[in-house]
Amino acid sequence: MISYLTLVTDKVKKHFQKVMRQEEVSEIWFEYEGTPLKWHYPIGLLFDLHASNTALPWSITVHFKNFPEKDLLHCHSKDVIEAHFMACIKEADALKHKSQVINEMQKKDHKQLWMGLQNDKFEQFWAINRKLMEYPPEDSGFRYIPFRIYQAATERPFIQKLFRPIASGGQLHTLGDLLKDVCPSAITPEDGEMKTQVMIHGIEPMLETPIQWLSEHMSYPDNFLHISIIPQPTD
Amino acid sequence: MAEAGKSPRVSPESEGRRKGGEDTQEGGGAAGAADPAPLSAVSPGTEEPAGDTKKKIDVLLKAVGDTPIMKTKKWAVERTRTIQGLVDFIKKFLKLMASEQLFIYVNQSFAPSPDQEVGTLYECFGSDGKLVLHYCKTQAWG
Repeated sequence: MISYLTLVTDKVKKHFQKVMRQEEVSEIWFEYEGTPLKWHYPIGLLFDLHASNTALPWSITVHFKNFPEKDLLHCHSKDVIEAHFMACIKEADALKHKSQVINEMQKKDHKQLWMGLQNDKFEQFWAINRKLMEYPPEDSGFRYIPFRIYQAATERPFIQKLFRPIASGGQLHTLGDLLKDVCPSAITPEDGEMKTQVMIHGIEPMLETPIQWLSEHMSYPDNFLHISIIPQPTD
Repeated sequence: MAEAGKSPRVSPESEGRRKGGEDTQEGGGAAGAADPAPLSAVSPGTEEPAGDTKKKIDVLLKAVGDTPIMKTKKWAVERTRTIQGLVDFIKKFLKLMASEQLFIYVNQSFAPSPDQEVGTLYECFGSDGKLVLHYCKTQAWG
């Protein structure tokens, strides 16, 4: 769920290509109920955003034709995924530590983050990622929280702004504070009833949860908190 | 991403003059295939007041290495324009071939995803009322 579609579907590709004519095969892409799935979003985010509250395993459609240029980025090799993943980590560290931690790392450390993700090696990944999660004890948090908020109900891209984990008065900012600040519609009850769900990794964290804690413990491997705002299920 | 193919328009009221904006209103229907929408050059005196309400943001484009420089460096860019839209514009401006690659970097450190909007990048990485982006024909930073 923390990986990328095009990183984990080699077998799928081989399986279908066995029964297809060579000229029919072009770039693979995935779709769920009419929505093309962006490979450069982590799979867990795609599920939260498009398929929360549906049964597992998640059934998606595989395509080899009519690549939707308008909606999807091309992914011709694993190098493209690696470059995207590393760019996200660098962007996150620019927010968290003014890029100081990622810049102090060696090339082999960057490679280890990627190899850890690619090969599902949790220990290998965290041996390096641990450093990206540190902050000076006197600061009690990151400089800014790397987060992206996605709304199922809109065509707009994600919301990303500067948000500090600690208020000027010293108290910890919570998930609720963040949403109130950058996406108030997500937590405004209509007729006293919440019309939306706030999902991260398939669960609804309490809005009172400190955002610094979420950033350290519920970020994706790309070091971003990917938060989905979806309509409350009706039944 | 749905935005990637659309061509954000230069709004006529925002600048007194436009540079290279003659074909602004053409090819509007064919999303994706349309020419990259032109940007407006920022000249002294035409800058809008700073602030969140500003529709366009100032982007400073700097060349890296042996990538050709642009005579005009500062551009007023729609917040919703994507990095891909900017890449298309710069390539056209520099008369690069469609097959040539162009990389864009923020903070001289990371390459934002092609579907990222410049408005979002400005919010997070802008300084002194503008967003500084470096561009080059070969990968410069990781």
